[in-house]
Amino acid sequence: MSVLIFSLFIFVLACFIGFELIAKVPPTLHTPLMSGANAISGITIVGALIVAGHSAVGSQATQIIGFVAIVFATINVVGGFMVTDRMLEMFKKKEDE
Amino acid sequence: MLPTISNFLPSLPIDAIQIIYLVAAFFFIRGIKLLNSPATARKGNQLAALGMLIGIVVTLFDQQIVDLEWIIAGVLVGGLVGLILAKKVAMTAMPELVAVFNGFGGGASALVAWGEFSRYADPTLMTTDSLITTGLSVFIGSLTFTGSFVAFGKLKGFISGNAITFPGLNVINIGSMIGVFVLVGFFTVDPTNQTIFWIILGLSLLIGITSVIPIGGADMPVVISLLNSYSGIAAAMAGFVLGNSLLIISGALVGAAGLILTNVMCKAMNRSLFNVIFGTFGGDSSQSTGGDSGDKTVRETSAEDLAIQVGYASKVIIVPGYGLAVAQAQHVLKEVASKLESRGVQVKYGIHPVAGRMPGHMNVLLAEADVPYDQLLDMDQINPEFKTTDVVLIIGANDVVNPVAKTEPGSPIYGMPVLNVEEAKRTIVLKRSLSPGYAGIDNPLFYAENNQMFFGDAKKSLSALNEALNDI
Repeated sequence: MSVLIFSLFIFVLACFIGFELIAKVPPTLHTPLMSGANAISGITIVGALIVAGHSAVGSQATQIIGFVAIVFATINVVGGFMVTDRMLEMFKKKEDE
Repeated sequence: MLPTISNFLPSLPIDAIQIIYLVAAFFFIRGIKLLNSPATARKGNQLAALGMLIGIVVTLFDQQIVDLEWIIAGVLVGGLVGLILAKKVAMTAMPELVAVFNGFGGGASALVAWGEFSRYADPTLMTTDSLITTGLSVFIGSLTFTGSFVAFGKLKGFISGNAITFPGLNVINIGSMIGVFVLVGFFTVDPTNQTIFWIILGLSLLIGITSVIPIGGADMPVVISLLNSYSGIAAAMAGFVLGNSLLIISGALVGAAGLILTNVMCKAMNRSLFNVIFGTFGGDSSQSTGGDSGDKTVRETSAEDLAIQVGYASKVIIVPGYGLAVAQAQHVLKEVASKLESRGVQVKYGIHPVAGRMPGHMNVLLAEADVPYDQLLDMDQINPEFKTTDVVLIIGANDVVNPVAKTEPGSPIYGMPVLNVEEAKRTIVLKRSLSPGYAGIDNPLFYAENNQMFFGDAKKSLSALNEALNDI
């Protein structure tokens, strides 16, 4: 089995898990769900780290691309998780009961 | 030139890194699972963030990483920008922020694929599989990047919220997409030809702009949800390029989340996804159809009268629309609700999925005003309750309570799920005027016998009601 096919298996199965999990999230939490999921998509930072940290085989261009990728992905990750936390902190149950 | 900061961390074997990636993936899945309830959601988000931290830290032990200077600089810059954005944003501006984050995420994924490609001094050494996924990753990532910033511009008002289009634009968009796929094919045959790569990149960036620009402002919730899905798929694609399972799994989860939300929004707006993308309905300014409202009468009420009606009711449901948020009236609404509750009135909120400007937006705005989440009921939960309700207060909402959606098959909103407010004993609409909503159609609810209108700005009207409640 080629790497591509193997990766495709993982992708399709993860999609199913995603649909199952997310269909159960109540509409009340759809905005934090979106911003939280958004932060998770910043996982691409892992790829950016490898590109930026790779030994410079004479390619400064690669490192610059990697640097910009890290900046973008970190904005996504840090901003996404923090703003989601800020929102979820506001969701409170009725206190006087 | 800065002195090179070499990676002082020992390298871990690749299998060890993969196992730890699996742990990170588990944290993401567990985190999303905890988002199933408002009581555990915050913990879920923190768990996902922890998973991310684990993923990032373990990657630094990868033997491929030898230089840290660019990494440290990038994380500092990005972290600072992300921190400021997250702390400063107003809750009303959440759709804009999510659009921006989508854009950065998509852009990062495209850059990762590009960077991976540029690492090869001789690209013919790359396998056909990686070349295909590189091309597709650049495509989806770039279109998410520009598309998100156009969506941001539309939400912010930099770009007209109206549908900007011209005949043939759809044909051009579809043609460009087919063009990109054909070029990705050429790219895999001859990866040394840099020009092909640049055209794929340029065309993809352009498609992002031209495919979002014709979509009207009212449809932006659908667009943001869809771009959210794309940003996930872009991350998964980058995972295909790198052969990294963590990226693939996380990207797939996000892709699924975005698609579900897109579907929820489309259903709530009575639109098909095809219609949103290729139609042009849903501009900012829709003209009134006029209708035959001339011979109908509306019953107006006053703050004092309203205070008596809600103050002596046993059950009140509040239906907020975006007009409430525009007027920044959430806080005074909460004060009114608290006063009613202290008088023994049962208060609930009925929230239509499109009440805000993105899925779940209104819930966040009300949570910010300290409304407890157990009082926020979604459409399916609240609809059976109207029959037993004395007064429904409709504040800054219109189309989502229009009974025409159920009764007139010819109406543009026919079939759209709406709140059955007319089943309550009395409805009171707080609104600036009788003007129609986004859909541009008249609302017979306003002229119904058991309905009263309280004209004015939502904040002023609610403040007056709040005052009047003190005197009864």
